[in-house]
Amino acid sequence: MISFRLDGRSVVPPYLQIVQQVRQALRMGVLEVGDKLPTVREVVAATAINPNTVLKAYRDLEREGLVEPRAGHGTFVLRRPAGPPPGTHSRLARSLGRWVRGAREAGLDDESIESLLRVTLQAAAAEEIA
Amino acid sequence: MTADQGATRPVIQTRGLSKRYRKVTALREATITVPEGRISALIGPNGAGKTTLLRLLAGLAWPSGGDVAVLGSTPRQDPAFLAGIGFLAQEIPLYRRLSAEDHIGAGARLNPRWDAASVRQRLKSLDIPPDQAVGTLSGGQRAQVALALTLAKRPRLLLLDEPVAALDPLARRHFLATLADAVAAGGLTVLLSSHLVADLERICDHLILLAASRVQLCGDIDTVLAEHQVLVGPRKDTTALERTHTLVQAVRTARQITLLIRLNGPVTDPAWETADVGLEELVLGYLGQGAPPALTHLTTVGED
Repeated sequence: MISFRLDGRSVVPPYLQIVQQVRQALRMGVLEVGDKLPTVREVVAATAINPNTVLKAYRDLEREGLVEPRAGHGTFVLRRPAGPPPGTHSRLARSLGRWVRGAREAGLDDESIESLLRVTLQAAAAEEIA
Repeated sequence: MTADQGATRPVIQTRGLSKRYRKVTALREATITVPEGRISALIGPNGAGKTTLLRLLAGLAWPSGGDVAVLGSTPRQDPAFLAGIGFLAQEIPLYRRLSAEDHIGAGARLNPRWDAASVRQRLKSLDIPPDQAVGTLSGGQRAQVALALTLAKRPRLLLLDEPVAALDPLARRHFLATLADAVAAGGLTVLLSSHLVADLERICDHLILLAASRVQLCGDIDTVLAEHQVLVGPRKDTTALERTHTLVQAVRTARQITLLIRLNGPVTDPAWETADVGLEELVLGYLGQGAPPALTHLTTVGED
């Protein structure tokens, strides 16, 4: 079972934060096919958010075909989102972690690292188009 | 729980609702609709008319003009109407020397549909002692006792006047979680007034914004936010923009202008940089209308 973290300062609306956290948990292998998502009441009791927000998030996930509600039992994971297998993410996370430590040692602060990442992503996107 | 919301009759519906006290108009031509199952935030500065509106909806005050329907009937102080309404006033209505259990017993004698088991279960899950005088409990615990007792009536509409203003952040979170859980169980609509926009943003999906005794906004928060946008651009004339859209607030500096607008179609002029609006920004934008210029205000404060 996973628990949700809602960031009130985020510009991402709460329902989308839940959707993203479920997708992320599926990619990382924290959630697997057949696992049950927390019930609306469990999420609401833990986070004090509007129950309709949770319902909206679960409906979005259902429309994507990732989860399925079973009457009287709850909402269950149907499949993982398209993309590489779970191990890929954790392997890339580890090598990125090493890269970040290297960047810090070289004197880059978080803001510089973020802008470097953004510029690199943009350059890669431009390459793909070309 | 949320299906068919469009089909059912709104829990609260008013048209041109007004309230005058001698020479003061506390509420002016308020037209609002709150559909079933919503948790609606009643936001506005002190003296905007929030308490007046809540009292009119609870049947504790009579309107000077306009129509009001709550759960399909006119609010009044009689048992049939009040059975469907839970009202929690700013001052928590508990007898300090009595215990929660004493209050549960009293409630059972006064209410036909009293659910004593639900109060005991809520208090148990919150580790609140049921047999201790409520005056000895913490502020957060007292608020939880009052909320549990109000919910034991099994109301279809809960009206809360600044319920969390006096609570610390953790007690506030717990109180709102109890409230959200009650709504998740189904059949309950909530209208709560508060200053604390950050709390409301999590729990509320509907908004009523009052300022200067008037309703400025009323609707589902997602919809209301989508109808507004912030525009940033080089300082220039806004006449063309105002022909299409409604200007809510403008902040001008020597080189730049930042606008909060209510959209009437897309903004097509590429000179404007556009951004989505958050709830707090929206509320402050509306409340900032007609306020004195910042510098004048600061000068006044400095002179004290």
